[in-house]
Amino acid sequence: MRIDGKGLIDRTRPISFRFDGKSLMGCAGDTLASALMANGVKVVGRSFKYHRPRGILTAGSEEPNAMVEILEDGQQTPNTRATMQELFEGLSAQSQNRWPSLRWDLLSINDYAAPFLSAGFYYKTFMWPRAFWERVYEPMIRRAAGLGSLSGRHDEADYEKAYAFCDLLVIGAGPTGLMAALTAARAGADVILATEDSRLGGRLLSDETQIDNGAGIDWVEQVEAELRSLPNVRIMSRTTVTGAYDHGSFGALERVGLHVPHRPHLPRECFWRIRAAQAILATGALERPIAFPNNDRPGIMLAGAVQTYLNRYGTVPGQRVTLFANNDNARHVARQLMAAGVTVAAILDSRPDASVLEDCPVYLGATVTGTEGRHGLTSIEVAHAGGTLTLQTDCLAVSGGWNPTLHLTCHMNGRPTWREDIAAFVPTPGSVPNLTPAGAANGDFSTWACLIAGRDAAARVLGNLGKTADDTALPQAEDAPYRLTQLWAVDGKARAWLDFANDVTTKDVRLSAQEGFRSVEHMKRYTTQGMAPDQGKNSNIGALAVLADATGRAIPETGTTIYRPPYSPVSIASMGAGARGKGFAPQRFLTSHKASVDRNAPMIEAGMWYRPSYFPKPGETSWQQSCTREVNMVRSTVGVADVSTLGKIDLQGKDAARFLDFVYTNTFSTLPVGRVRYGLMLREDGHVLDDGTTARLAEHHFLMTTTTAAAGLVMRHLEFVHQAFCATWDVRFISVTESWAQFAVAGPKSRALLTSLLDHDPALPFMGMAPVTVQGVQSRLFRISFSGEEGYEIAVPTAYGEALFRDLVARAETLGGGPYGMEALNVLRIEKGFITHAEIHGRTTAFDIGMEKMVSAKKDCIGKAAATRPGMIGPDRQQLVGLKPLTDTQITAGAHLFAPSAKAVRVNDLGYVTSVCHSPTLNSYLGLGFLHNGRARIGEQVRLVDHLRKIDVLCEVRDPVFFDKTGEKLRA
Amino acid sequence: MLIKCPLCGPRDRREFYYYGSDDYLNRPGEAAPPSAWDDYLHNRDNPAGMTRDLWYHEMGCTSWLVVTRDTVTHDIHAVEPVAERGTTA
Repeated sequence: MRIDGKGLIDRTRPISFRFDGKSLMGCAGDTLASALMANGVKVVGRSFKYHRPRGILTAGSEEPNAMVEILEDGQQTPNTRATMQELFEGLSAQSQNRWPSLRWDLLSINDYAAPFLSAGFYYKTFMWPRAFWERVYEPMIRRAAGLGSLSGRHDEADYEKAYAFCDLLVIGAGPTGLMAALTAARAGADVILATEDSRLGGRLLSDETQIDNGAGIDWVEQVEAELRSLPNVRIMSRTTVTGAYDHGSFGALERVGLHVPHRPHLPRECFWRIRAAQAILATGALERPIAFPNNDRPGIMLAGAVQTYLNRYGTVPGQRVTLFANNDNARHVARQLMAAGVTVAAILDSRPDASVLEDCPVYLGATVTGTEGRHGLTSIEVAHAGGTLTLQTDCLAVSGGWNPTLHLTCHMNGRPTWREDIAAFVPTPGSVPNLTPAGAANGDFSTWACLIAGRDAAARVLGNLGKTADDTALPQAEDAPYRLTQLWAVDGKARAWLDFANDVTTKDVRLSAQEGFRSVEHMKRYTTQGMAPDQGKNSNIGALAVLADATGRAIPETGTTIYRPPYSPVSIASMGAGARGKGFAPQRFLTSHKASVDRNAPMIEAGMWYRPSYFPKPGETSWQQSCTREVNMVRSTVGVADVSTLGKIDLQGKDAARFLDFVYTNTFSTLPVGRVRYGLMLREDGHVLDDGTTARLAEHHFLMTTTTAAAGLVMRHLEFVHQAFCATWDVRFISVTESWAQFAVAGPKSRALLTSLLDHDPALPFMGMAPVTVQGVQSRLFRISFSGEEGYEIAVPTAYGEALFRDLVARAETLGGGPYGMEALNVLRIEKGFITHAEIHGRTTAFDIGMEKMVSAKKDCIGKAAATRPGMIGPDRQQLVGLKPLTDTQITAGAHLFAPSAKAVRVNDLGYVTSVCHSPTLNSYLGLGFLHNGRARIGEQVRLVDHLRKIDVLCEVRDPVFFDKTGEKLRA
Repeated sequence: MLIKCPLCGPRDRREFYYYGSDDYLNRPGEAAPPSAWDDYLHNRDNPAGMTRDLWYHEMGCTSWLVVTRDTVTHDIHAVEPVAERGTTA
């Protein structure tokens, strides 16, 4: 029901929306909750466990009951708080956790089974038989429990993440936050003012309090205008600061597109990481309910929320309102209701000594002992100092006092302090470095006290920032005392709810204590109190008080559970914004990428790189066919492959050679200029780190190559060794991986190809290098081979990469060759017994791969001491071997090796297979692997078993080099 | 978490690679007994309180840094470049 002349909504702008398929009207400025209330909708949701009909309890993000599904563009966003969802034209919402309808819900049968569904019932009930755990109980519980549901479709909407930096972050824009932001802004500080609400003002929007003899809202608008005029202030509305983290970091969630009709590419939400030198916590306070019998009926609300709906949204939840409170604060609500023409049936004040002077009946020492009305409150039972009575009422506004919203002060392990005078926890000073709680968040509840606290907090913070506050005058405001007598729960036969969202009652908490779960953390987990989407914002302190009473302890002694981030739920989509599809990881493309794609090469990922898998020819129907042709092509004519992904590190300086001697196991100081050497690098723990070739370009200038996978790792390692152990040496290095495009030209006709390209015979010995000119471009030519054929690698500046690749391929084709991809490259290297990170996977030593002789005895190097320790060498190690099946059977990487007569079980395991291929050259499957004492077993047979793929085949143990053992082709 | 790189100023921890205790800086000599190497490679304290560990400013200046910090309060007390120790293998 709307109240004429009340509210900050715009009645000239009607908005149509849908709830459960029904078309309704609201106004601009409404939330879904206020619009539903204005339309007389009482039941908005069903409770979690008992499926009880529930209405709206609050007017903020702490709402435990009024959670709905928002339907938009085929998507369904569950658990949206109707109290936070701003109304927009065409908004469509539906109730959740009910079937078949909100009014008639089959699972409300649970409500009658309540005696069997008490705290811990899951732990007690679903125990036997064990076989039912997964197949019967879990699906059943999952169907019955839970709140909203998803559409089942991918969320294709846009989300965003962003970063912000400031001197001062003010969290909350009520009187405290506004005063703090204004004071700091006038002093020139760089201020971010963040508020969860859609507009500034906080409690001033709900409470018709006067500031400087004018309406509070006028003062808010005046301050907002000034803040918006200042260049050093950023106002972030609809932004919930969700967490406080180390060194002034805050997480915040902004609702960017959730309050307007769907627009393409407008992000739904943005997750902010804010870095603030100082912060002021001005988050206000949350009102708490009182637990009494059947206190969860639609129409029973928090008093402050009733006030918000009246003054901000011009609507009331009923026509005959009753107040039930333990403090003076709630009296304002009654007076404002009456002033607006709403009937107040009575004020029920639990205090025996409170005033009776109101324009409505006042009962002292009063409690509510029962309520009626399944789909909406109809009457209540009252006990008071003078007797009992039944009151006809359709709205009961409850206030059990206020809890400071101090959650962020606990995010870094801080514990709050109990203040007996306000019966609430307040922040413990210094809980989060450089975060100053102020105003209601700090236990100061009057408007005047908040204004002072905001100004003083800003002045203190400005001092820390080296700035001075000017004399900002304080406006005048009410400073009414907040008098309260503790009342947490009213006993009775019926259930009294503490946690509405998770259906936890006072009885559950007492049962928990009775069954030994007396610690507050145990009680929480046993009853699930505080574990619903509202994270106990409405119930923590009440449940704590009931637990304290049940265990005979005081509240501070009982303690609170730990508040952890986020303050209110954050969608995973916003935190992972951008990391979807191609945004998941950066893509690195070769200069030959387009040329490869033009030839229909399937591209495969190698780290972040994309490399061609193979280059299909017309008529080829499988990768295997193409791969086999490419291997034969390299072995008989010439092939071209892009090898630019290998890491390239340029090292220079008088001590560069000495440095290489220290990081490689073998010696580089003896390498002549114009020559290349294969090098092996160990970790300090003696295992192989990486391998690759290094060329000496000049006396004090080297070019190192690393494997594709370890390029970053090796760079980091070199930097560490240099800075930690030989910082004074004259050596500098930098990654040039992306500066050069490099292509392998391999095969018997590789020399002919290069002769045509360079117009002269390259005339390089095996493992030689020389600078060359390719059509006027300074380039580098290396004679190295990863295929076992005569091979070269030619490097040009990246800008010329694509042109050179196309040229090389064209020249290769005139010689009967062509490009080859990763599959062929892998077959060629396995035939030749060359290792990759499939073999040097971090657990293999130089000894294991047969390279222990490469660890020079003449000098120290990284990993040398550990590489020679017992256990790192010797016949007990699994050593690199070649494997060739005795029959023409496919073998697989990952298979394990056993003695031919042994059972294929773990205790008999002798080793495993790391790489396999089908070799066209040897016309057989071939494998590389590690075999216990393998080098001594060459010529013997082992049983290769892949339990997963059901392969069981005898193999001959071979030398890992299957092809051209003496290297004649290589050196041709 | 914010690390004040001596060269780049205060930077988000996402720019850094974490390695481990600064024990890694005290590399035993080639001839040191196996027990010294065992300690160097494998044995680490896990203090509640002050600790010194190694961070690499991988997305910045590529400095290796010794960061002195408190594992309880998360305060960072000092950030020093490894290279300024000036030791030589």
